[in-house]
Parts: sequence; structure tokens; C-alpha cells
Amino acid sequence: MDFATFLIQCLNAVQYGLLLFLVASGLTLIFGIMGVINLAHGSFYMIGAYMAYALAPWVGATIGGGFFATLGFGLLLSIAFGYLLEWCFFSFLYEREHLQQVLMTYGLILVFEELRSLIVGDDVHGVSAPDWLTGSVPLGDVMTYPTYRLFISAVCIAVALGLYFVLARTRLGMMIRAGASNREMVQAMGINIKFLYRIVFAAGVAMAVLAGMIAAPVSSVYPNMGSQVLIISFVVVVIGGIGSVRGALLAALLVGLVDTFGKVFFPEAAGVLVYLLMATILVWKPEGLFKHG
Amino acid sequence: MNRRQTIALTAALCAGLLAMPATAQQKLKVGLMLPYTGTFAALGNAIENGFKLYVQEQGGRIGGREIEYFRVDDESDPSKATDNIGRLINRDKVDVVVGTVHSGVVMAMAKVARDSNTLLIVPNAGANALTGPMCAPNIFRSSFSNWQSAYAAGVVAAERGHKTAASITWKYAAGDEMASAFKEGFAKEGGKVVKELNLPFPGVEFQALLTEIASLKPDATFAFFAGGGAVKFVKDYAAAGLMKSVPLYGPGFLTDGTLEAQGAAAQGVLTTLHYADDLPNAKDKSFRLGYAKTYKLQPDVYAAQGYDAAQLLGAGLSGVNGDVSRRADMIKAMEVAKIDSPRGAFTLSRAHNPVHDIYLRKVEGNSNKYQKVAVKALADPATGCKM
Repeated sequence: MDFATFLIQCLNAVQYGLLLFLVASGLTLIFGIMGVINLAHGSFYMIGAYMAYALAPWVGATIGGGFFATLGFGLLLSIAFGYLLEWCFFSFLYEREHLQQVLMTYGLILVFEELRSLIVGDDVHGVSAPDWLTGSVPLGDVMTYPTYRLFISAVCIAVALGLYFVLARTRLGMMIRAGASNREMVQAMGINIKFLYRIVFAAGVAMAVLAGMIAAPVSSVYPNMGSQVLIISFVVVVIGGIGSVRGALLAALLVGLVDTFGKVFFPEAAGVLVYLLMATILVWKPEGLFKHG
Repeated sequence: MNRRQTIALTAALCAGLLAMPATAQQKLKVGLMLPYTGTFAALGNAIENGFKLYVQEQGGRIGGREIEYFRVDDESDPSKATDNIGRLINRDKVDVVVGTVHSGVVMAMAKVARDSNTLLIVPNAGANALTGPMCAPNIFRSSFSNWQSAYAAGVVAAERGHKTAASITWKYAAGDEMASAFKEGFAKEGGKVVKELNLPFPGVEFQALLTEIASLKPDATFAFFAGGGAVKFVKDYAAAGLMKSVPLYGPGFLTDGTLEAQGAAAQGVLTTLHYADDLPNAKDKSFRLGYAKTYKLQPDVYAAQGYDAAQLLGAGLSGVNGDVSRRADMIKAMEVAKIDSPRGAFTLSRAHNPVHDIYLRKVEGNSNKYQKVAVKALADPATGCKM
């Protein structure tokens, strides 16, 4: 492998890692702060991708605007959807055992998949990226790099920075962090913890939906796309340390690197390398790279 | 023997006597074990439509017998396959089972069919082993083997002047079969596969492997993916700028039923399969017209395979005047049948797999346009078949 190829592979790794982070950050928020194992998180990603496909013509006809109008509209919908879902289902799960949480969220996966099948069907669909992002940047002598992938990375970095700012620098972030460490005490201080959780959950859903929507043009939309993403997101969350956004970012990049170079150097073992990484890190640091917070 | 038993026995005897003369007119029980839900639902429906279209064209009877259908949704789930086919055989007592799409499911079905000596006609699943080590007198296939389409892709790539190639596929049974058949066809015409790339099924993160292809600079790439993976691969391949510098080849599944989603990225991709759009034969034209009229849908390769499964069964039944109890004669009639398929007439190999022409197709707009015959009358080598 020459140096140029090596650099391109590094770019691939970072780009894949950032997209993983976007999905996993929502999962780690919900898991770490609210203590709910949300297996349906992959479904939110799937819903996002299908929204990018199914809403685009409707948004174009009624509201006007292209990809970004759809993105904005989809985000609003997903926040409302997350808020409602927390109210109807997840708010009953906080005091329950993990097994019951797993059962209910697994049930939700089945419901969402079946609804998807009824509403949109089982076919594979493509989503087109906005025109000004369809070009590509030449890299090396044979390969080009699609601009849209760079755009995805940019969005992921923006979300990461935004998340860091909100959690570490704002009053809302302070309340969220406090709620994660001691629910009763925060409530005793007069903060509406139920409302706070609802916001965190809606934000988590919105991030998964956003990931699905912006990934749709490169990944296309197809049945069961959420389940693949779910497993790798859990790996990221566990490696990074449950509830740690910083950890999720680092873990996502690490997984991206191992996956990318694993495929190139050890194609036979590519499927297990990421899990080996997880096992190794858990032996070394049982709570993940960053402890809660 | 008490009175109740006597009555029961007499009743049973009477029923038996009544049933006897009716045998000739009794409906033929056909078990359709196909995916009606899940990712392959569309394929299952197309196969059933094709099958019923042929029966309907024959006036609702094949080989003089009316047909009664028993449907089971196999959900493309290999772990339920044994139970599902058991239901058709033991509960519904079907005369013949037609199914299915998924190769893993079909292997379990073939095992049950062998053990229970049930007549099985496979209308899609391409696992080589089915007409290889698993071949049996009562197992037939109206579709293809994985080896056939990928081998032809290798021959075509070499004929078009490519000397080196990289192959890329998912690491699972069908992927391995496709990649090694391509290698065989390519090597036979003097080409060399320089690298065999693969990723775990059903992963879709191709970027690292595309970079690898770009740095290897082979003359051509052979890729096998299906469904969502095929869409993403073709789009990524085009976006990486490789389409022009390293032409892409594949078995037909890379661009079948996925063109709407692949859009501009797939234009010009060359694939090989036993079916194509705009085939220059009259049978295909009448088949497409009939199908479109009946179902208000355009047929695809799966519909054609279902249609041929019915033809194959019809040929067997005609040979014995609809009397399925003459199994050996019926199998003989199926073995020597010349099936007037929409894909072009074909016969069966010794291992009961179609010997058919493989076509070279080129993606133009939303169709896989027929270019030429890539390999004429290609027979699967049936490695491991003892029959």
C-alpha cells in the first residue's frame, strides 16, 4: 500500500467513524442518561432513511425546496415523534428491569418494520443527493471521492460540537447531567425531570433520524437496514463507555479505523475484528474508555 | 369388534370405495412454498403469478388435471424450512412441492424431499449443491445455478480483452460460488483474478475495498451483491470514479429489480443472466404480453422461472396422462422435456438443472437490454452429483 492509498483509507475510516458516531450518540444519550436499553434505535435510523425517500416528493410539492427542506421537515417530525413515543411507551420503562425494556423495544422494532412494509413496501429505493453536492473530488490517479461523503462528515462534526456545547456549557446540559447522576435530587431541586427526559429522548431520536436521512443518498433505503446499524452502534456505545458522548466519538473513530483497515489487511477476519476490539477494550477497561459523564 | 368399530370400519370402506373411481378426476395438489413476506416477498409473488399464468393458459388444467394450490409462506427462514415443507407433505398431502427463493431454505427442503421422496421443483434458489451433491431423481430446478451466470461473466470479461480482474462479494455461500465460477470462466479464456475481495454478509460499507480496487488497478471488476447491497455497491462504485477506469461486470442479480434505485450510476454496466429485457424470441413477447394483461405488472426473471416450473410439471404430467403414481415415468418425461421458456427453449442436464443460453445484458435506462448470447447452452458441471 503506497502512502496516497493509505491516506485515502484513513479518510474512509474517519468518514465511516463519524457517521457511526451520529447514530451512536443518540443511543448513548438515551442509554446513559435515562438508563433505557433502546433496541429500537436502529429503527429510528431506518425511519429517517425512509423519510428522506418518501417525504421528498411530498415536501417538494407542498412546501417547496429540495433536500434540505425535507431534512428540516423530517427533523421536526422526528422530534414530535420522539416526544410522543417517550410519553406513550418509554416513560413507563425507567423503573423496570432491563429485560422488560429489551422486550418492549424489540416489539417496537417489529411494529416499525411491519409499518414500513405496509406504507412504503419492501423494495429497495435510491435517494438523490442535492445537485451541488453530487460532484466528486479527485484523489490519486484512478479514484475520486464523492463530495457528498465529505458533506456527511461535516454534518457529523457539527453535531458533535453542538452536542458538546449543549451538554458542557449550557444550563440545560447541566440539568441533563445532574438528572443522569441523581434523578431524585434533581427533582427535589424543583426541576421537571419528566419533561427533561422527554427532551433528551426526542433529541436522541432526532439524531438517529438525522443520521438515516443524510446517509440515505449513499446507503439507499432497504428493509432491515436498521438492524445492521443497531449492532455496530451498541459496540460503539460499549467501547466508548455508556453515556459518554466523548467516548462515543472516540470509539466510533476507533471502530471506523479497525473496520476499514481490517477489511484491507485481514479480509478473512474482517467480520470479527470490531468485536475483538470491543473484547480487548472491555478486558482492559471494563466500563469502556470513558466512565459515565 | 364392537358395534361402533364395525360402523366406523364400514364407513371407512364405503368412503374408500367411493373415492376410488374419483381418483382420475381428483385435483392435483400443488404445494407452493414461497416467501410471501419479508425482503423476498416480491419474488415469491412473481413466481406464483408465473406458475398460475401457465396453468391458466392451458385452460386451468395441466396434464388433464385440475390444480389445487396449498400455499405456505417460508419467510426466507432456513430454521423454519423443515417444518414448513413438512406441513405441505404430511398435513396437505401434496403431490408436488414448488419452492423456493432462498438458497438456505431450499437446502433444507431438498433434504426433506430426498428423505420423503417428494417431487420438488425449485423455481429460483441457485445454490450449486442442489443439482450437485444434493441432486436426486425427484428434485428438479427450473431456474439456474449460481455457477452458470458467474462463469459466463468470466468468459465475457476475458473475451472483451481484459487480462486481470478483481472480484468482490459478500462472504457467504452464494458469494463464494459466484466468485469462484467467475474465476474459472475468466481463467479459461486466459484472464487472471488478481485479488478476491469480500466483506461480511450483509455489510454495505464498501469504501475501503473500493480504495483497494483503485490501488490495484485491475482491467475489470466482478461484483456479486443483491437487493440493497447491490444498489449501494453500484452507486458507490460509480461515485468512486471507478466505472470508467475499471469496467464493472456481474451476474444479472447486480442490476435486476434494482435499476430504479441505482439510477444513473448503473448505466452501461454489463451483466450476464439467462434472461434479459427485449429478448429476440416470440415466446418471450407473448409471455410478457399475457403476464402484463393478467396481472397489470411487467414480468421479471422470477415470473419466467415460475412459468417454467409449471411447464416442467406439465411435461411430466402429460407423459403419464396425469397419473402421478407412475412416478418413474413422470420423471423420465420431465428429464427429456424441451421447455418452451420465455428465456428461449431449454432442456435439463443429467442433474436436472436447465441447460440454457446465458445472455450478455447492458443497463440502458431502466432495463437490462439484451446484447448477445454470452455462452450458448451452458450446462452446470454438477460437481458431486451421483445420479
